[in-house]
Amino acid sequence: MTLLEFKDLHVTYRGSRGRLPAVRGVDLRVDAGETLGIAGESGCGKSTLAMAVLRLLPKSAEVSGEILLDGEDLLKMGWGRLRAVRWTGASIVFQGAMHSLNAVQRIGRQIAEPILVHEAKTTPAAAAKRAEALLERVGLPPSRARSFPHELSGGQRQRVMIAMALACDPDLIIADEATTALDVMVQAQVLRLISDLVTERGVGLVMISHDLSVLSAVCDRAAVMYAGRIVEEGPAHEVFAHARHPYSAALGAAFPVIGDPAARMNPGGLAGDPPDPARLPQGCSFRPRCAVAVERCGAESPELLEVGSARVSACFVAQEGMPVVL
Amino acid sequence: MSSEEKTLTARGLRVEFGLPGGRVARAVDGVDLDVAPGEIVALAGESGCGKTTLARTLLGLERATGGTVAFDGVPLRYSTRALKAYRRQVQLVLQDPTGALNPRHTVYDAVAEGLRIHGISEDEPGRVAEALSRAGLRPPEQFFLAYPHELSGGQRQRVVIAGALVLRPSLLVADEPVASLDASVRGEILSLLLRLKEEQGLGALVITHDLGLAWSIADRIAIMYLGRIVEQGPVEQVLTAPRHPYTRALVSVLPRFSEAQSPVAEPIVLAGELPDASKIPGGCRFRPRCQEVASGNAAAVLHQCTGEDLKILGPEAEPHLVACHLDRSLHGDARMAV
Repeated sequence: MTLLEFKDLHVTYRGSRGRLPAVRGVDLRVDAGETLGIAGESGCGKSTLAMAVLRLLPKSAEVSGEILLDGEDLLKMGWGRLRAVRWTGASIVFQGAMHSLNAVQRIGRQIAEPILVHEAKTTPAAAAKRAEALLERVGLPPSRARSFPHELSGGQRQRVMIAMALACDPDLIIADEATTALDVMVQAQVLRLISDLVTERGVGLVMISHDLSVLSAVCDRAAVMYAGRIVEEGPAHEVFAHARHPYSAALGAAFPVIGDPAARMNPGGLAGDPPDPARLPQGCSFRPRCAVAVERCGAESPELLEVGSARVSACFVAQEGMPVVL
Repeated sequence: MSSEEKTLTARGLRVEFGLPGGRVARAVDGVDLDVAPGEIVALAGESGCGKTTLARTLLGLERATGGTVAFDGVPLRYSTRALKAYRRQVQLVLQDPTGALNPRHTVYDAVAEGLRIHGISEDEPGRVAEALSRAGLRPPEQFFLAYPHELSGGQRQRVVIAGALVLRPSLLVADEPVASLDASVRGEILSLLLRLKEEQGLGALVITHDLGLAWSIADRIAIMYLGRIVEQGPVEQVLTAPRHPYTRALVSVLPRFSEAQSPVAEPIVLAGELPDASKIPGGCRFRPRCQEVASGNAAAVLHQCTGEDLKILGPEAEPHLVACHLDRSLHGDARMAV
């Protein structure tokens, strides 16, 4: 069953430099209980996509297309309905928990707050009890409910954010770089927690990261974004290990697999920067950084087409069945 | 590594900080380490393990409370003049290029700053151009008048590195040189460090929490846990055949293409977090979180794990050294083995 679906989503920011397209026609689906990873560099539009789901974008953003949550278009919802959907239908775990938590309020209160707002019948005492149970579920002692955010470590704060996201039993969780700032071992702990919760509660998960290797470890499917478009999508592990778009290949190579002789003393890289959204190149937007571009890439913009079972790529070279890495 | 020439050495290094209530944090608790010209050494560990304090102490920004730091065989002296002379040889590369560069200074001024601090006025434009071109910004003159905001993230980090290279140091100390950079730029900067080593013999100590970085560019790696190096050796050996339980756990949780590829079959996710440096456990400091102790595998040496402190690992490039009682009981003393 489809839980979340983006249909031809466009987001354009109006600013002093004119209209900047951040998301340029994205179609994506997440089924209930499925995990989808979205990978890309800063500025590729992945966070805009996440914010669009809960309509958290600034006023300067023009949004068109559809975002269906359980078949209902989020973009057409009235504010009352939208408020009900936030936390109960879908919730977000942001990166940098220190900034997302209230520094002068105890952890337990902050977790209980959405419960009290969304469930009129719940008493404060019952909400506090549930907050403690949630803390326990994310691996923190219930006594932590009385702590302030600064008394916790980075990993513990990120667990609190996850507990908050779970508070109202949402069907969908969006995790935007939720483990990026964490150490390897703490990241592994939090990723394992997220995976367990997805299995246990059957929630859908959209996980956003610049690290394709992390997505491949947690997600069923992965989509790679570049300059506001999806350029490749497929089983997460396949996209990471056998990319069918030169950009996904470069992104995957940036995080080498230890023990891979090809990566030893050979850091993968990609020179240059993503294109300025105000001045996108003609043809394929990745062409100026692409090592395998052919003549056609400068003239036409490639569509996302099938390049294998359950895999699509927006690359003419991959669509011809040619290798995307030199 | 028999020659001491231009080698940065730490012996029995300790750095302690007083905390409120009379407690003492042992941030660096006995470290031997060598970094020679022409080699890249990765110092890896989690936040709070003491790796940044160790780097700051090696640069003379922090005073050791015990042990010695020496460069080229000469112990570090802390007078302003001596430190200034030292920093011409050993330069720091900062982590976040956007924060390290003054937005109102041109690239030229940013790079020339080091020369001005050191009172080197001879052929300033020539030396700035040389540093920029060594950092891969060519032709250098084209970058002289650019401001940081006009550059890409990768170019900004190259400017920071050029600022370190302008004094023609023999070693760089880089603290998380790519942590704040985007995935694709990361490779660009790591390639630069590798090229500086291969083509110009520049050595580097790279502080990182990222083992993949070590696999990409480092010759040797030292794994730090709670103020001590617990495993040290050539990257190939330490990362593909890790022996300390902590290193094994770190390696096991990294993403992999297939189970067969990892030296540790099952991911070992350690519970809890790094203890406080003011409460370092006696005996083996890793014991409270050790998976071998928890599983009973270490039962035969448990009395040592609880009661016997481990020796400080030596700085030798070879062999692969491990500070673990269980490993010692299985493999013998690594120092005797070779």
